[in-house]
Amino acid sequence: MSFDPVVLVLLIPALAGLILATLPGYRLTAGINVLVALATFLVALSLFFGRPQRSAYFHVDDLNNVFIVLTTFVGFTTSVFSASYIGHELETGRLTPTFLRFYHAMYQLLMFAMNLALIANNIGLMWVAIELATLTTVLMVGIYRTPEALEAAWKYFILGSVGIALALFGTILVYMAARPVIGEGPEAMVWTSLIARAAEFDPALLNLAFVFLLLGYGTKVGLAPLHAWLPDAHAEGPTPISAVLSGLLLNVALYALLRFKMLLAVNPASLAPGPLMVTLGLISLVFAAFMLYRRRDIKRMFAYSSIEHMGIITFAFGMGGPLANFAGLLHMTMHSLTKSAIFFAVGHIAQVKGTQRIADMGGLTVTNPVLGWGLVLGVVAIAGLPPLGIFTSEFLVVTSTFARSPWLAMVLVFGLIVGLAALFLRLNGIAFGEPRGPSARTQASYLPMFAHLALVFIAGIYLPPALVGWFQNVAKLLG
Amino acid sequence: MHTLTFDVAHLLAGSLVLVSFMQLYQDRLYALLNVYALHALVLALSVAWQAYAQNAPHLFVTAAIALIFKAIIIPIALHRIIVRLGIHREIEKVVGVGTAMLLGMGLVALAMVVMLRVTAEADPLAREDLAFALSVVLLGLLMMVTRRNAVSQVVGFMSLENGLVLAATGAKGMPFVVEISVAFSILIAFIVIGIFLFRIRERFDTVDLHALDQSRGERL
Repeated sequence: MSFDPVVLVLLIPALAGLILATLPGYRLTAGINVLVALATFLVALSLFFGRPQRSAYFHVDDLNNVFIVLTTFVGFTTSVFSASYIGHELETGRLTPTFLRFYHAMYQLLMFAMNLALIANNIGLMWVAIELATLTTVLMVGIYRTPEALEAAWKYFILGSVGIALALFGTILVYMAARPVIGEGPEAMVWTSLIARAAEFDPALLNLAFVFLLLGYGTKVGLAPLHAWLPDAHAEGPTPISAVLSGLLLNVALYALLRFKMLLAVNPASLAPGPLMVTLGLISLVFAAFMLYRRRDIKRMFAYSSIEHMGIITFAFGMGGPLANFAGLLHMTMHSLTKSAIFFAVGHIAQVKGTQRIADMGGLTVTNPVLGWGLVLGVVAIAGLPPLGIFTSEFLVVTSTFARSPWLAMVLVFGLIVGLAALFLRLNGIAFGEPRGPSARTQASYLPMFAHLALVFIAGIYLPPALVGWFQNVAKLLG
Repeated sequence: MHTLTFDVAHLLAGSLVLVSFMQLYQDRLYALLNVYALHALVLALSVAWQAYAQNAPHLFVTAAIALIFKAIIIPIALHRIIVRLGIHREIEKVVGVGTAMLLGMGLVALAMVVMLRVTAEADPLAREDLAFALSVVLLGLLMMVTRRNAVSQVVGFMSLENGLVLAATGAKGMPFVVEISVAFSILIAFIVIGIFLFRIRERFDTVDLHALDQSRGERL
């Protein structure tokens, strides 16, 4: 039992959170944070080789295994970035040592909550974990205590709470649908039992449940009419948190949605969840692509880019079928890696320039070549240009859609092009031309950023057959 | 026996919807808090009755949380915050009382139509409970939308959450009800502490969320 990786993946961050809350000293706690995140990642990797028996509370299958490994990996690289980022924030006095202790404890608590949400086999437990993740991120978004940060935290808090409240109502309805078939008690909330018997559930209840779950967890994914919290939360919190929010927490909410979509897919009489997700996905994509044009704050701009990409991913999963699901999974992985790499670059750029205003940045490739070119590479990747990984996944999404419904594909391509143009318009001003604004020295750690970008680059050229096989397997699972 | 169980549960859940309506037309913060305390009290009674009817003693814990935490501690805490911040004036509403009530009635009708049609095969007690619960949830949302003041938005959220607890207790044998009500209580406590610690009034000169919105979007 003591070597059970499922338990370890939860226990390590939970214990570390408690310990970090009591330890003083920036160097020590940042170091521990990195080590703990690395340990969690290694344990998560071991899940590929040996999987524990599923229990009533936890289970690991092909689907969440991918999510857990991705989450712990980005969690680890972000902790490396966070160490140098936070060091600078301490020097400039934006953060005090007390808050720092709190920050590291919260970071591990967030990792714990996300792992728990992914690994949970019980839809009630999954809900509690996502609530916990929301709470910890709210606290971290507000950590700078400026009026803007407090406003962002408050907005996130209220909208996130309403979202998870609606998701709970949906969860209760799923239980109501399962109860006559499975019987009363905890068993009717265990996901593996639900999926086994979902074909016999009352389709009307299941439909209604899914609408609530889509609205509830959709708020956390940041889908378009429900996205209002997302740009503020990204722009005002510490940049490592923006990276974790964009790269991971949005995925976790989407994962919850996918689990319920699988339930509906099994039940032949229920409504097809696809069109709902396709609609929300396309709205998010086109809306966010246009919103990219008027951004003046660099972190806010990339937050809108996250909405755009979550739209694409939701669209792909909504289309369904082996190819679109495969593309959705690949796009999700590539987006997590690329977007967090961009935020690593943006975090240091904002520190170098002392501001997040795009108008005050210019000629970064001249003044800070490594950061500047890192950002250029990241934006080229996120905009979906070949030969990087996002090009592959976007290409797959577009081609699989063209074969089935050309009109939807037209909208999709339109949104992608609008977004691409907007990103390059802004990038041109930031990275090239006359140097503008101050450029202070910073002790940046470039390793996490380039590690992510290298992975994205490799994935664009060569996808290992093992990975392809694995994703194909998961895509079939998703139906 | 069965009809009595059903009637009392029906009465209490219906009263909860009624109190939700009462919240909609309150235009003073103190009065709103008193009505919210009543809301939580009715919820506590309703949950306790479900605990008795379903023979599920653990639900008494949820009822006790509703009674002690939501009906007593939270209203008192919010009351003190209002005094401290000096904001016991009239609440700014986005729409008038008449419109809000009409919208509320529309939402309740919607909840009834949707839930009663969808749950045709469920047992009647759970069915009515869910329909009322959805009404309370939607009325809570309506209240959050039609108020601009942070404290009354929080009250709206808390009454929304009461609707969820009603739904969870109505779903017979649902696990985690106590845990979920504890999780929600923590969430609410955080919100209330948040208002107090962040001193929204001090920082922004008003708890009116409209004033917070001035820096919304592009601020630079």
